[in-house]
Amino acid sequence: MSTKLLGERIKRKEDPRLIQGRAHYVDDLKLDGMLYMSFVRSVYAYARIKSIDAAAAKSLPGVLEVITGADIKDQLGLIPCAAGMEGLKIPKHYCLAVDTVRYVGEPVVAIVAKDRYTARDAVDKVEITYDPLTPVTDPESALGKDSPRVHEEFSDNLAFVAKLEAGDWKALEADSTLKIVKQRLINQRLAPASIETRGVIASYSLGEETLTVWSSTQIPHLLKTQLAILTRTDESRVRVIAPEVGGAFGSKLNVYAEEGVACYASHRLGKPVKWIEGRRENLLGTIHGRDQINDLELYVKPDGKVVGLKCNIIADLGAYHQLLTPAIPTLTALMIVGCYNIPNVWVETKGVFTNKMATDAYRGAGRPEATYIIERGMDLVARELNMDPVDVRMKNFPEPKDFPLALPTGVTYDTANYQKTLKKVLKLAHYPTLRKEQERLRKKGKYLGIGLSTYVEICAMGPSSRMPAGGWEFGMVRVEPTGKVTVYSGTSPHGQGEETSFAQITAEGLGIPFDDVTVYHGDTSVVQHGIGTFGSRTTAVGGTAVFRATERIRKKMARLAAHRLGVKPGDLEFRDGKVETSDGSKSMAFGDVVGEAYYARQLPPGVEPGLTEQYVFEPANYTFPFGAHVAVTEVDAETGEIALRNYYAVDDCGRILNPLLVDGQIHGGLAQGIGQALWEELVYDENGQVVTGSLMDYALPKAHQFPWFDTQTTETRTPVNPLGVKGVGEAGTIGSTPAIVNSVVDALQHLGVRHIDMPLKPEKIWKILKTVDGRQ
Amino acid sequence: MIPESFEYHAPQTLAEASRLIAQFGQEGKILAGGHSLLPLMKLRLASPRHLVDIGRVAELKYIREDADKIQIGALTTHYQIESSELLKQKCPLLPETAREIGDVQVRNKGTLGGSLAHADPAADWPAAILALGGEVEARSESGSRWIPAQEFFVEMLTTTLQADEILTAIRVPALPAHAGEAYVKFAQPASGFAIVGAAARVVLDDAGAVAEVGVGITGVAAKPYRAAAVEGVLRGHSPTAKRIAEAAAHAAEGVEVNADLYASAEYRTHLAAVYTRRALEKAVERAGGK
Amino acid sequence: MRIRIKLNGSWREDDVEPRLLLVYYLREVAGLTGTHIGCETTTCGACTILLNGEAVKSCTVLAVQADGAEITTIEGLASDGKLHPLQQGFWEEHGLQCGFCTPGMIMAACQLLGRNPHPTREEIRQGLEGNICRCTGYQHIVKAVEFAAQKISPQSTVES
Repeated sequence: MSTKLLGERIKRKEDPRLIQGRAHYVDDLKLDGMLYMSFVRSVYAYARIKSIDAAAAKSLPGVLEVITGADIKDQLGLIPCAAGMEGLKIPKHYCLAVDTVRYVGEPVVAIVAKDRYTARDAVDKVEITYDPLTPVTDPESALGKDSPRVHEEFSDNLAFVAKLEAGDWKALEADSTLKIVKQRLINQRLAPASIETRGVIASYSLGEETLTVWSSTQIPHLLKTQLAILTRTDESRVRVIAPEVGGAFGSKLNVYAEEGVACYASHRLGKPVKWIEGRRENLLGTIHGRDQINDLELYVKPDGKVVGLKCNIIADLGAYHQLLTPAIPTLTALMIVGCYNIPNVWVETKGVFTNKMATDAYRGAGRPEATYIIERGMDLVARELNMDPVDVRMKNFPEPKDFPLALPTGVTYDTANYQKTLKKVLKLAHYPTLRKEQERLRKKGKYLGIGLSTYVEICAMGPSSRMPAGGWEFGMVRVEPTGKVTVYSGTSPHGQGEETSFAQITAEGLGIPFDDVTVYHGDTSVVQHGIGTFGSRTTAVGGTAVFRATERIRKKMARLAAHRLGVKPGDLEFRDGKVETSDGSKSMAFGDVVGEAYYARQLPPGVEPGLTEQYVFEPANYTFPFGAHVAVTEVDAETGEIALRNYYAVDDCGRILNPLLVDGQIHGGLAQGIGQALWEELVYDENGQVVTGSLMDYALPKAHQFPWFDTQTTETRTPVNPLGVKGVGEAGTIGSTPAIVNSVVDALQHLGVRHIDMPLKPEKIWKILKTVDGRQ
Repeated sequence: MIPESFEYHAPQTLAEASRLIAQFGQEGKILAGGHSLLPLMKLRLASPRHLVDIGRVAELKYIREDADKIQIGALTTHYQIESSELLKQKCPLLPETAREIGDVQVRNKGTLGGSLAHADPAADWPAAILALGGEVEARSESGSRWIPAQEFFVEMLTTTLQADEILTAIRVPALPAHAGEAYVKFAQPASGFAIVGAAARVVLDDAGAVAEVGVGITGVAAKPYRAAAVEGVLRGHSPTAKRIAEAAAHAAEGVEVNADLYASAEYRTHLAAVYTRRALEKAVERAGGK
Repeated sequence: MRIRIKLNGSWREDDVEPRLLLVYYLREVAGLTGTHIGCETTTCGACTILLNGEAVKSCTVLAVQADGAEITTIEGLASDGKLHPLQQGFWEEHGLQCGFCTPGMIMAACQLLGRNPHPTREEIRQGLEGNICRCTGYQHIVKAVEFAAQKISPQSTVES
């Protein structure tokens, strides 16, 4: 057998259980004596709670407990916010509303009953009376002096201001040869909407005084620490297990009220308590993504060189901070110059409280906004100077030799070849031919759009010095006495496929069959430490930890084998299930070397028995994957309907360990990014009511809405980690949104259309067409 | 997701079903395929005390040709209509409309009768039944009656069915010679329901002029309606592109047009005209006209 | 109410409350948790099963409505320890990531291939209109169904 595994298209280890319905998501778990929890949630965006009458609910047969904010106020801690920036206002965020509700869907009362039917019936029996207050729904007017305040303990609704300034703005503003291209861009609020909603089972054992929590989470270890603090339980007695997790996209990178209340209820009742989120609850009460207003100004030389970028960012944070709420918009500032080395940058980010659910990390988290801003901006520059969007980009790209490239935004891009991906995608799309077709069709009154996006994003999060709660990752490899190998990772996947990719890393490293490696994750009692899965860090950070731990195993095994074979450890290679000299003259079976470690009869001096090694990888930098996308759209001139005809993408995520998984991540990312551009929008009305509270209203993308994605890759390795991998989880989402909008604006550009806000609903297009060409 | 408790009744015959529904009055609801009622019950927007499941009443499942009419039992599923060879020949508008409903799973279980009785103002069937000048059969213990489609829909989620009546069948005229039909729809992207759905049947005379025309429109107003103004402009005239467009411009005439997140009243009015025109163009082309 | 259902080949009888949804019956009474719940509105298709051979969303069927019916769930698809061609296709072509929509997706695809053994890519996408996947962008799912179509009745499929 060949032990070349990295870079191969290998089927996933995860799949057999998933395709046969044998996997276990939280709701599939059933514990003895398990009780069910439901929530009564606020129907108002902003109101005082006058009274809660739970008598009827309590008297319903099968109801065991009714819990209100008053009950938990002094018993449970506050929901944590890990983001820390100067002057950040952090409101008290209880697990159940105390006195005041501040968004529709906020949990007010929890009910625990013998089964989910009774728990649901009891919800209707709880009578809450409210004194409605005037809600704050528009983040811009929320900043006005006379705006009602979301939190009365604060002087205003401004949660924080973050400024980023670099370069010589005085000189820039004095330069009259520069053109200033301005545009307001709206990045609408989205729902992550993983198909598995959230869910939790908390099980407090009164005898052992241990708390075990099964939660659909991306961060079991961080959750363990936070739940220990929240519930005031000795952390040594808390165990969190992320079972099979049915998608997350950032929305399960959090500590939620329902998790806290489930622990509280289980402790009180001494029985396991399960809560499974409904879809409406998910759309109302799981974090949202995006929601920024961006006022952009680009300072441009007549030849198309962009020399200055100014942006005012207003980020609608919602009513309370979840784990990373205030941190997300600051990532926008960090990546706002995109693939262009713009020397002068000025960004002011204002985080604003409104009476809505918190925004937080949703696939891309701050970078899709940045990419949208700069990529729409570059198209506007092209238009202003009457240049091809390709030429403007080429003009502003740094050269491959310029890397590592320190940017005025304070990050250092590792490696890139932006010219290469752009040229490749233009070839793939037959760009010149497309432009000719566009001309031809325009003469017939048909609107074909060609949209470009060249993106760079920030991945492999990240150096601990720049992360709110640590950026390292833990990996451990244990070779079992039988020669089978167990890998433990602190990352906690929800579809990414690390049971496969990490097995590839370790199997190749040890020269053993792929099938001999099993990967565990997601259980804090099984995996000693961990940060979790987010920020496209799994392979680059978690995989590197596994790679390094594997190296340590190799080192020890080489020493053991060398001792027996009478060679130097450095002379030995691991291949085909053997540890041997490169010419094969001296050789031991892999299992025999393992035996040496466990039987421990002839260990070299100073070598401990056993074969377990761990590594905690601390990345020195982020990684910066990049790519170039082309979207081809057709606009129905009569109705404004948009058809996405072609999508071409060339992505560079560094070294590719498994092309099958990379393709999957790219496709899925594209669908979500295109979803934002064309269909998705989480809408609150002026009363703070959610208009899109079901999947009959919130438009998730469906299969028939997409063309065949034509994707290719380039591989520019990063020196930041020894695997050379950058990360690919969010790239598709980040790159695709502006490509679509640029495409549709391009289709209508000859009519004088300059910009259209997302989502590009047919009605918006129709209204624009009606204005620009007098059509009725 | 969890409905309130109710008592469940599963009659085997129509007579039994009629008796039960008469007995329960306002407290009873008829369950056919369940794809209109159960979604409401899961959200507790409907909570009947008694559910009368007519799903086992075999006599309500049929598609048959009766002289120049087509009659379809209320319990016939959307998919059965979509895949019916008889209907593809004799009334192709019905399979074409069925294909546009919900998704594959919904069409497998949802029924024609259930959908019509539910009277969702954005459902697809009403447009087709109205365009065809169909009738709806209502039966109760005291007898049966045929209600013209135009009189059947009263307003959102309300029909002229009485509390003790069960919708048992629909009847439409089969496709005559020199006739064409079409259903086109602008769907709401999340739900798939019609923002505008336009159904048309056009019958041409020997000279190629429009002898008969029926246009049914759904999604636009609080109830689906027959677009009489559109028909008036076309009837008796040669269906030129210009004439069709002129006619279609009247698609939302005289109705109060809905507005929602996905289409304002103004846009919907525009879409109604465009989609009505497209339906008519297709129907005329299929009728062999130009 | 007492109901009798032939579930994945074996008859069983259970007493159920009339309001019990079929999906909860499968998951909680029969203990078959491969069928999932992803929405409340008959939209996402995660709960798709075959009821008397037809794909339906089991969240919108009462268990009592299924009295006397034959039901196939994802757990009943493989036979004699051998994966169904669709299961093979999803594995082979990486047609799933988190796997939550997958059982419903596979059951819907089962219906699709039953009615149209050699669908075009466009027909596959239309046939899966009742199933939402948030992970894959659907392309590998389309390939998975193509794989299965070939496997079930080999011939050159038409590509759209």
